[in-house]
Amino acid sequence: MIHFENVGLRYGMGPEILRDLTFDIPKRSFQFLTGPSGAGKTTLLRLLLMSLKPTRGLIRMFERDVSRIPRNELPMLRRRVGIVFQDFRLLDHLTTYENVALPLRVRGKDESSYKTDVLELLKWVGLGERINVLPPVLSGGEKQRVAIARALIDRPEVLLADEPTGNVDPPMAKRLLNLFMELNRLGTAVVIATHDLGLMDQVDARRMILTEGRLDIYE
Amino acid sequence: MNKPTTTRRKPTAVTPPPEAQPARRPPMRVRPTGPIVPPSNIQGNALMVVIAIMSFLACLTLGGVSMVRATAASWQSQISREITIQIKPEENFDMDAALIKARDLALSFVGTKDGKIMDDQATARLLEPWLGAGLDLAELPVPRLVIVTIDETSPPDFEAMRAQLARAIPQAFLDDHRTWVDRLVSMARTTVLIGTAILSLVFVAMVLTVVFATRGTLSGNRHIVEVLHFVGAEASFVAKEFQMHFLKISLKGSAAGGILAAAVFGAASFWQGRTLATPQTDQATALFGTFSIGWMGYLGIFATMLVIALLTTLTARITVMRTIDEIDLIRSDPARTDNLPD
Repeated sequence: MIHFENVGLRYGMGPEILRDLTFDIPKRSFQFLTGPSGAGKTTLLRLLLMSLKPTRGLIRMFERDVSRIPRNELPMLRRRVGIVFQDFRLLDHLTTYENVALPLRVRGKDESSYKTDVLELLKWVGLGERINVLPPVLSGGEKQRVAIARALIDRPEVLLADEPTGNVDPPMAKRLLNLFMELNRLGTAVVIATHDLGLMDQVDARRMILTEGRLDIYE
Repeated sequence: MNKPTTTRRKPTAVTPPPEAQPARRPPMRVRPTGPIVPPSNIQGNALMVVIAIMSFLACLTLGGVSMVRATAASWQSQISREITIQIKPEENFDMDAALIKARDLALSFVGTKDGKIMDDQATARLLEPWLGAGLDLAELPVPRLVIVTIDETSPPDFEAMRAQLARAIPQAFLDDHRTWVDRLVSMARTTVLIGTAILSLVFVAMVLTVVFATRGTLSGNRHIVEVLHFVGAEASFVAKEFQMHFLKISLKGSAAGGILAAAVFGAASFWQGRTLATPQTDQATALFGTFSIGWMGYLGIFATMLVIALLTTLTARITVMRTIDEIDLIRSDPARTDNLPD
């Protein structure tokens, strides 16, 4: 589904942040992306979201060469990828319900067609009682779950999560991990960027370890 | 030593009567979906005030220019509507007979409407500011005037009239006001030109102010553009959301400014109407004309309001599209990003 071949990326004239990355993200796969701070995890996630172009190498997403995709077609491809940002990026003037429904709204769907789905998903992530609350009132863990629900609402083919358990306590982290696994069972490929070794130890999944821009994969 | 103990009462399971049992909580109701762009914030309100002020100034200038143009046209029309025959006195000259003869001769031409001899009282009143009251015209060699009203659309042949007058009454001199009309036309044109130049400057200032204020307000909403972009919104969708938001702001602002300017003209016109025939109003009317700007002026104010609203909306669209372009530019040129890798 996603294929990287000899991908390298540098910022301006600086050193290469990512070097010779070659890997696949198969359909329905589950993997952790880890490595020390500054190793390039977020940059790699941005490449996967098509919000950065590599300096060299080939990226194929959904059977298409990313470098040849016209700009106006990118939003359609991004809709097949769900993203959970490390800083959540929720809109503070929209309620929990409205933030989660946002991807469906931008797709031009009518509220009556998605209202039940959004409410059910919010219940599933434990926010059934917080649907009308604005993000500034939510705790870090609650914001995290809203961001996850927003990424999941349109059943993406790939879910990218940047430190999704960084702001939650261990029980909540476990609960979120179960949520990702459940989603994976339903057919979504999941890439979780994390520092949390404890979290990774809970699942027997592929580990992609970035060190100084190079990637080692442990199946 | 006795260990302090805490006595806890065992909770007793009491089943409340059915009527006292709490009713099952009704499902939570979702609030009506809010707009993607927040309806009002400090920046939005500031932009509305800026638009209102600029729209007020632009409408005021527009009304002022149309008022000056109307006044200049009225001066020009009033002067070119009349001609004057001046007869210089001489010894043993029958002035009254000459005045009647000159008037009749003038009225015999096609294109003249009416002829009026300025009688002694009117002539004395005319000279009163210089020679004082109680003037006896018989003692002074004062020229006398015949005022002839002409048809502006088909004026008489002035040269022929001048020649006939010279033959019939050598002391008569025909003034067709051409010199004054030419001067006034030139003055009126200059005034309107200056007014139009000021109007253009005000419009350019307004355009730049509105453009920069809109861009400033949008920069505060950049995070919304980014989030929409990353959840898969097309550029046209994002632009539409912001356009609608800014159209509402600009319509409110420009309507407030335009209505205020129209009210100022309306109030000035009303004041002038109420104080007619007082020295102050007469002076103001002579200099500026009437404060009424007519339906064309009000139409101009309405058009200005629409132009401002459209301009703001267009700026919002262009700025949003540019923001999306910048995001895409970062995509194709990672050196532009300010985010450091994790």
